[in-house]
Formats: sequence, structure tokens, C-alpha cells
Amino acid sequence: MHELSIAASIVETVTESDSAYPGARVIAVRLRVGALASVVEDSLRFCWELASEGSPVAGAKLVINVLPVIVHCGACGADSEIEGVQSFRCPRCGELAADLRQGRELEIESIELEDPEPGDTQPMESEVDAPNRIEEHI
Amino acid sequence: MTTRIVELRRGILKKNDELAAGLRQRFTSAGVLVLNLVSSPGTGKTAFLELTLRALRERGAHAAALVGDLETDNDARRLAASGVPVRQINTHGICHLDAEMVTKHLEGWEGVSLADLNYLFIENVGNLVCPSSYDLGERIRVALLSVTEGEDKPLKYPGLFNSSDAAVITKIDLAVPCGFDRDLALKNINEIRPDIRVFETSAKTGAGMDEWLAYLAEQAKPS
Repeated sequence: MHELSIAASIVETVTESDSAYPGARVIAVRLRVGALASVVEDSLRFCWELASEGSPVAGAKLVINVLPVIVHCGACGADSEIEGVQSFRCPRCGELAADLRQGRELEIESIELEDPEPGDTQPMESEVDAPNRIEEHI
Repeated sequence: MTTRIVELRRGILKKNDELAAGLRQRFTSAGVLVLNLVSSPGTGKTAFLELTLRALRERGAHAAALVGDLETDNDARRLAASGVPVRQINTHGICHLDAEMVTKHLEGWEGVSLADLNYLFIENVGNLVCPSSYDLGERIRVALLSVTEGEDKPLKYPGLFNSSDAAVITKIDLAVPCGFDRDLALKNINEIRPDIRVFETSAKTGAGMDEWLAYLAEQAKPS
């Protein structure tokens, strides 16, 4: 339900950064989202379309890289990835592990920009899945 | 056309996190213990908080509460009966509180100065998902679940339970009629958040409140 607020924050952050690259177009936004970040991927994609509509980043693809949870085991000292988010136990020794080293991330990792070649004037077919965007912004 | 990738490495909720860090600093220097109470609607957060506020007041502690709801000030009015300052935050459709809402509602709060408080409770909007992403500057995040909700709540909402510092089981007076499996609930909480403190309470009978109040007093001590 809060995915719309999250999508709006992404639009805001990317738009701010985007102004540092005049002429370039944002074609993809890559996110790192921890498995425990309480974000529903489908819902975020849906909200991304709504939130980005009419903004300079409209049509950009959202690439979501989901990060598994990594716990630090106090008993055996290992940092290990756990499967799922239903049991916080060290997969090596089976002890409960409360110390989280990864899994709550919610960040924009990078943006992919497309720069026009010098002298580029004609609209070009893009590989990006954003037909509306091409008409509006190239 | 040429494409290039520009690293940003920026937190999506950076603005909230920065505001929350500022709040945390303010709370710490004012010496007030701040708790963020999160649960589903109907768990009994308000009844539990009402009892907590009354007990703290009787013990001479200074407490106050911010109460989040989508609409209405019913909860604030209920809590105000406990005799402590209470302020309602209406989010008008937003499913969680954020640090900006807390900041705004601390301003111009008549009769309340952080420096005079021992405890500030923030009752979040009833929701087990979204509030877990928003830091409010609290020192202790409390996840509440009632015996009527089922023992598997922690497994269904690991994001919240894993990020909480304490868990409160409410309505334990109904445990028997509900067929509540206490051992299973405790096991599930422990699987999701191994070192969490768990309190088993009833706002109706007052069960578990002494232990909870002792925990609050211990946490409020200047370290």
C-alpha cells in the first residue's frame, strides 16, 4: 500500500539526479530491495507507472534486484544467506541468528541514461519497452 | 544513441531517514524514551496504551502520546481520558506514519515540551506492512499481536517483527476461548526475531502490565 509513496520518492530522487545530465534520457532505474523491506514488487511496478507519468522519467524501466537476507551467526561467526524470511537461523550451524547483515535495503542503485549522438535529430527505435516515451521525449 | 549507467546508491526513503535521525537526536538529548507501536487494526493498541499511560501517570512519570489514524480523533479522545497529553495525527488515507508527520505534530503541541517528558508513545496507523519501512526516530519499536489473530502473524509479517525490539501479545484473557497456542506463538516470534522481548498482556485484567512497566522504566534509565 505504501508502494505509491515509495514510487513517488524514486521519481523525485531520479528527477533531481537527472538534471545533472542535460539532454540525456533515463531509460531504466535499478533498485536494490531487501527481501525484508516490506515492498511488493508487482505493486511497486504498478505504482511506478502512475508516479512517473508526466514526469521526465516517464517510461523508464524499473529493474528490481531483490537481495536475500544475510544473517551473522553469533555462535559460529559465519555470515550466510538464508532461504526465505520465515526462520532466522544460521544455515551452517542451525542456531538462531538475530544479527541482520542484509535484507532491509531500499535504494536506487543506478540509473541508465541514453545520450543522443551529436547530430542526432531523427527519432530512433529504442529497445526499451516504452513506446509513449519515445514519441514524447526524443 | 549511446547508453551509460550512472551509480546513484541513494536510499529511496532517504528524506524520511534523515528526518528520523534528526528526531532521534532530539529525543535523546531531551532524555525522552520514544516508542513506536505497530499492529493490525483491532489488536488493542489503544486499550493497551490507555492502560500504560494511566499506570505511568499514577507512578509519577511524564508521558505523552501521538496517535495515528486515517481519520477521526476517537483514539486521541479515548487516550486523553488517561490524563496525559495526546495528539491525533490524521493521515487522510496514508497507511503509515512518517517522520515528517511526527515532526509537524511535535510543533506547537500545547503543554508538551520534550525535555519534560519521560516517555513519548507513537501509536502508528493499524497496519503490519507499511509502517515497518518508516523510521520515526523511535528508540523502541513494538509489534503487537492479539491472541485472536493467530499464532502465525510473525511468519506472515516478518518485515515488521524482525525490525521490532519488543513484541506484545494482547488480549491473553481470551487465549483459552480462542484456542491460542502460546508455545507456537512464542516459537514463531523467536524464529523471526531471536532476541526480542515478549510481553503477554491483557488490558482487561491488567495481566503482564507490571513486567511491561518494569521494562519501560529500565529502558528509560539514562545509560
